[in-house]
Amino acid sequence: MTTQSTNGPAGPATAGHSKAAAAIEKARSEGRTALIGYLPAGFPDVQTSIDAGIALARNGVDLIEIGIPYSDPVMDGQVIQEATVEALANGFTVPRIFDVVEGITRATDAAVLVMTYWNPVMRMGVRAFAERLAAAGGAGLITPDLIPDEAAAWLEASDEFGLDRVFLVAPSTSPQRMQATVDASRGFVYAVSVMGVTGARTSVGAAARAVVDAAHAAGADRVCVGLGVSSSAQVREIGAYADGVIVGTALVAALRDGGVDAVADLTRELSTGTPKASAGGAA
Amino acid sequence: MTDTHQDTGLPGTDAGAADAIDAGTAEAFLSHDESLRHAPGPYFGAYGGRWMPESLIAALDELQDTFDKAKADPEFTAQVAELNRNYAGRPSLLTEAQRFAEHCGGVRVFLKREDLNHTGSHKINNVLGQALIAKRMGKTRVIAETGAGQHGVASATAAALLGLECVVYMGAEDTRRQALNVARMQLLGATVIPVTNGSQTLKDAINDALRDWVANVDTTHYLLGTAAGAHPFPAMVRYFHEVIGEEAREQILEQAGRLPDAVCACVGGGSNAIGMFHGFLDDRDVALYGFEAGGDGVESGRHAATITLGRPGVLHGARSYLMQDEDGQTMESHSISAGLDYPGVGPEHAYLADIGRAHYEPITDAEAMEAFQLLSRTEGIIPAIETAHALAGAMKVGRRLAADLAPGEEPSDRIVVVNLSGRGDKDVATAAGYFDLLPDDSAEQEIADEGEQL
Repeated sequence: MTTQSTNGPAGPATAGHSKAAAAIEKARSEGRTALIGYLPAGFPDVQTSIDAGIALARNGVDLIEIGIPYSDPVMDGQVIQEATVEALANGFTVPRIFDVVEGITRATDAAVLVMTYWNPVMRMGVRAFAERLAAAGGAGLITPDLIPDEAAAWLEASDEFGLDRVFLVAPSTSPQRMQATVDASRGFVYAVSVMGVTGARTSVGAAARAVVDAAHAAGADRVCVGLGVSSSAQVREIGAYADGVIVGTALVAALRDGGVDAVADLTRELSTGTPKASAGGAA
Repeated sequence: MTDTHQDTGLPGTDAGAADAIDAGTAEAFLSHDESLRHAPGPYFGAYGGRWMPESLIAALDELQDTFDKAKADPEFTAQVAELNRNYAGRPSLLTEAQRFAEHCGGVRVFLKREDLNHTGSHKINNVLGQALIAKRMGKTRVIAETGAGQHGVASATAAALLGLECVVYMGAEDTRRQALNVARMQLLGATVIPVTNGSQTLKDAINDALRDWVANVDTTHYLLGTAAGAHPFPAMVRYFHEVIGEEAREQILEQAGRLPDAVCACVGGGSNAIGMFHGFLDDRDVALYGFEAGGDGVESGRHAATITLGRPGVLHGARSYLMQDEDGQTMESHSISAGLDYPGVGPEHAYLADIGRAHYEPITDAEAMEAFQLLSRTEGIIPAIETAHALAGAMKVGRRLAADLAPGEEPSDRIVVVNLSGRGDKDVATAAGYFDLLPDDSAEQEIADEGEQL
């Protein structure tokens, strides 16, 4: 770790600058767990992915995560892989990500993060990518295969353009790495619930709570749980200890099977799980 | 951490501290100040590192720690030496190829006979070492990727020998075309999982192996087959192959009384080449040549010449040269040799290329097949098609050396050592198809039409 965030580690001081933090804090102030929805850009085509993103925002999602389809998505399970393969087959190119981000941010006030494997960003140039993302109204990046140890250029560019940088922590993360990753993150810290890849699971393991607790203990004020969440019951369960819940595969499957309307329906269902038992109690 | 190259385009166009460091390293190398041997990683100049999900970092740390301790443990090194000697059949021979040499400008040519190892290639060196490391970590299961099946067969062999469960990921198309190699792995007790994701090639087999690893990392070691991937794999895989270059250097001194002028090897991911090169890295007068798969020719776009035409990027955990499009999407590679058909390359090769210590050139399918046939007919050795790329390269290098002699020198004053990394039994169907030796209605013809190896 070479660069410390000017705003502190995913902490309250960042809320004024961080779009992701602001979105999560707004949910918290309303007594809710933040709901974060993932969809891949360009699936099944660019316009539909914009419409689906808008449907997320209008039906209860606080923060939107848009994935860049990539040839080698090692952290993704079957459903998301198939969707991204289709997006690429349908002609998606990386610069279109900025059209998708802009299309959603222009129509809604949701914060939009981009989830991307690192090579497409490196190929465009980290600074150039950051500049275009900021110009499109994006909040920042979630980086599943970039660890802070390798992120010098991104730490610098995200500071320059005021973007959030969401790194992942996992059940296998050592205390030392937990501290370093929390320190490097801005917006929130992404807690991987299980050792595995994306995909709906009937239960999210007990490991998730331990990861969230460890991240909180390391000073993270916003820790959101992803991987395996597909129902409002799971959202409620995780909301008891986490600040936000990330749903991906289930939404992608809904879009695949039922289009934008199905995304809206599932989002409404998921959002019924967000009210906290006691308002603001899980900080 | 020295990596400030994230914004990079082609090497030499980047600004930043890492360039100064690279230039310093190259200068130190040229002035003979600094050894290039035993580079520990994680970085080789601006290459290498760990571009991996956080979920796997703890496993990589554990692997690195276990490997570092094992290297320093005489019991471990003795165990490796014993398996190399009495199981794999080391030391492998160094054979002078006098009739083949006539086609190499008349220079003397020596072949490092990794084809004579158990399982028929250099790959046994790495799998035995890593399987021992897996056992030291208390893992009970190994997973591996394979293209044509050679690393899968080697992994299944090591797992059988050491009592480990073995699962091999292989592209679905390859499992059909390489039915005999699938059977071979199954005979050795391994499970072969056909990969239907993505382009269903070697890179997708690696992707699926990584997905398995992240879900089963408590019990499972990922037995990566080449000197690529996240740290410590490039340095560790090289370590287990260093024996190739160590032996070859000793043998050429004994047989020829001096070091060679050039050393040649084929490069896919680059494990046989890095093991061979390592023995000669600090011998400044020995030129090192890596030969990449040029496929139909680099101008055709259908090739696997990663260093020749790729650009720096990250894939499967390391920053290195990479065949990628304008968007950073990995491109499909093409080669008649499945073992070289990979769009990436080990990071230490990327570094050696940048500082000019090793030279990398493409060899087309046609050039490789010519050398394949030539070695078979002049020396009675059928090489792997991968290896045939190194032989075709040696023919070029030998001719260049012969054309550049000082007055009074003879071509036979020049010496080229080639790493004969594997035998060609697996390639007979492909070669027979290529040279049109099969009846049209034979089952082998059908396999050969697919352009793959048995």
